[in-house]
Amino acid sequence: MSRKFTPKVVTANDLRMGDVVYMTAAGSWTRDHAEAELIEDEAHGELRLLAALGQPGVVVGPYLAEARAGANGPEPVHFREVFRTRGPSNYPHGKQEAAHV
Amino acid sequence: MYKYSDFDEAFVRERAAQFRGQVERRLSGALTEDEFRPLRLMNGLYLQLHAYMLRVAIPYGTLRADQMRQLAHIAETWDKGYGHFTTRQNIQFNWPKLTDVPDIIDALADVQMHAIQTSGNTIRNVTTDAFAGAAADEIADPRPVAELIRQWSTDHAEFQFLPRKFKIAITGSADDRAVIRAHDVGLQIVEKDGETGFRVFVGGGLGRTPMVGQELRAFLPKADLLPYLEAIVSTYNLMGRRDNKYKARIKITVFENGIDAFRAATEEEFARIRPSFEGVDQAMLREIEAQFALPDFEAAPVEFYERALEVDPLFRSWASQNLTAHRRADHAIVTVSLKAHGETPGDASAEQMRVLAEIAERYGYGELRISHEQNVVLPHLRKADLPAVHAQLLRAGLATANVGLLSDIIACPGMDYCALATARSIPVAQELATHFRKIGLEEEIGALKIKISGCINACGHHHVGHIGILGLDRAGVENYQITLGGDAGPATTIGERAGPGFAYDEVVPAIERILRAYLALRADRAESFIEAFRRLGPAPFKEALYGEARDAA
Repeated sequence: MSRKFTPKVVTANDLRMGDVVYMTAAGSWTRDHAEAELIEDEAHGELRLLAALGQPGVVVGPYLAEARAGANGPEPVHFREVFRTRGPSNYPHGKQEAAHV
Repeated sequence: MYKYSDFDEAFVRERAAQFRGQVERRLSGALTEDEFRPLRLMNGLYLQLHAYMLRVAIPYGTLRADQMRQLAHIAETWDKGYGHFTTRQNIQFNWPKLTDVPDIIDALADVQMHAIQTSGNTIRNVTTDAFAGAAADEIADPRPVAELIRQWSTDHAEFQFLPRKFKIAITGSADDRAVIRAHDVGLQIVEKDGETGFRVFVGGGLGRTPMVGQELRAFLPKADLLPYLEAIVSTYNLMGRRDNKYKARIKITVFENGIDAFRAATEEEFARIRPSFEGVDQAMLREIEAQFALPDFEAAPVEFYERALEVDPLFRSWASQNLTAHRRADHAIVTVSLKAHGETPGDASAEQMRVLAEIAERYGYGELRISHEQNVVLPHLRKADLPAVHAQLLRAGLATANVGLLSDIIACPGMDYCALATARSIPVAQELATHFRKIGLEEEIGALKIKISGCINACGHHHVGHIGILGLDRAGVENYQITLGGDAGPATTIGERAGPGFAYDEVVPAIERILRAYLALRADRAESFIEAFRRLGPAPFKEALYGEARDAA
C-alpha cells in the first residue's frame, strides 16, 4: 500500500549564510518559498533532491518538505516550514526582516 | 579568577587556527558536510532552523567584565546585537555566518574564551552553582575543581568519542543550585571528620528518559577525584551502548546494568588507575585554587542601604526578590533577571552586557556569573552600592524584581530557533509572564518554578519544574503537555504528567487554572505551590485542569 504522493518543495540551508533556501524549477536557489518549484510527482521529487544533494558546496541538508499550491506560488503546510519561511516569533529577524527591505 | 596558562593560551589559539582551516576546506569543497559536521560541532557550531548557531562555553558560569564586553562586541559585530544565555551556563549566538565564525573564535580567544566541547559526544562545559565563592552556605568554592575537570577533560584522548554527550555539575553547598542529580555525574562537596571530599552521583539526566542520579560514593577523598572520574567515564565508554542513540547516555548504562554492577566496574577500574595519579593533579589544583582567591573585600557601612530599603519601595521590592545572602554581612549576591515580562528568557542585548560589565568593574570586583536559570549574577556587591547599582540596572531594563517567581521561567529556544524542536517555547514563556502580571497574581502566587522545553530532549528542564511544559508536534499542530510536582533542588524530583496535552492557545488558561486552585487550597501564604502540591498530591490540580468529569470517566 503506497501512500498518495503529496506535493513537495526541495529546501535546505545555505552553506555560507546558514539561511533557508528553496530550489526553483530552473535548479537555482531562492530565499522565497513562493518561487520554489512545486513538485507533484514522486519520481521527479527524488531527482530534484538528488540534484540538490549534488551541490554540497552551496547548500546543507536538503530535503523534501510538504507544500501546496497557493495564489502566489507554493505555500508551506507544516508549522515548522511556516516558521522557516518567516523567522523566529520573538524578534523580527530572519526572512521577515528582509521582507520589508 | 582563573587566567589562562601559556599552555591554555597556545591550545586555544591552535584550535582556533585549526578551525579556520577546517572552514576553508569546507568552503573549497575539500571537506564534505559529513566530514565537516563533527568538526564544527566540536567547536560549538550548529546549523539551526534559520541560521548557524555558535555555542560559547562560559566555564562554570564565571565571566570577567572584559569577557562580557567582548561578548557584547561579538553580538554587535557578527550577530544581531544580542546573545542567549543557556541552562548550561553557555552563551549562544543565533545568527553567525559560517564565513565569520573563525573571526568570532579568534575574538573569543583574545579574552581567553572558546567554544570547544560545547557540543559533540564529549565531556561538556562543567557547570556549577552561580553563587559559588560568594554564598554564605557553601563548604568550599567548587570552581577550582570545575577548572581542574575542564583541564583534564579538554581534548582528553580517551573521551573524544564517547557513546553520547557527558555533562558534569558540581556544587559546594548542600542547597543544590546546580541540579547536580540531573547530570551524568553530579558532585557535591562534603566534609567528613574534618576532611573535604565529594559525594558522587551518577546516571542522572532529563531528556526522553528522565532519571535522578544515584549515589555512587557517599564520600570520595578530594585527591581521588580525577582518577575516580576517569574510572567512571572509562567504564561508561566501554559499557555504554552505541547501537541506539536514545539508549546511549550513562543513565541508561547505569539503569540497565544496575548501580551495583556499575559501581563494581568503576571501583575496579579506579583501583587499577589510581596509582598512576601521582599527585601532579593535586599540585595543579593547588595552583588553580590560588587563582580563585576571594577578592579583597572592602568593608562598607550598610546604613545607606537600609535607609534605601525604607524609603524606596521599588528598590525594596527588587532587593527582597533578587538578593541572596553573601558570606559577608556587608555584601550581597545580586541576581540580575534576564526575564523581563514579555522578553525572551535568557537574552541580553549588547548594551545590557556592557552595562553589566561596567557594574561588575565599578562595584563588583570585576566578576560576573551566568546561572543555569538563565540569569546573570553579580556575586560580590557591597550593600552600600546597591541603590546605585539598582538605578543603573533600572535604566538598562535589567531591574525586573522577579527572581524565583512565576515569570522567572527557564525556556529553551524551541522552534523559534532549534532544528530539533517540535514546538515553540519562547512565546509560551512570554505570554505566561505578561498574562500573570496583567491579572496581578504573580506576587500573590509567590515562589514558583515554571520550566518549558520545546521537545522531548528537555533542554528547558521541564521535568524538574514545579510546573513543567513540554511542547510537542501532534499531527502537525503544536501541543503542550503539563507536568506537575518536579523539583530541581536537593530533593530532585521528576514531575508527573498531568494528562492530555493542550493546544498552543490553551496553555496560559490551563496554567491559570492550576494556580487558582493552588491559591484556593494553600494552607496560608507561606505555603508555596510545590509545598501545597506535596501535601495535597496531584488530584486537586488535575481536577482544576480537566474538571471532575474526566476524573469520573
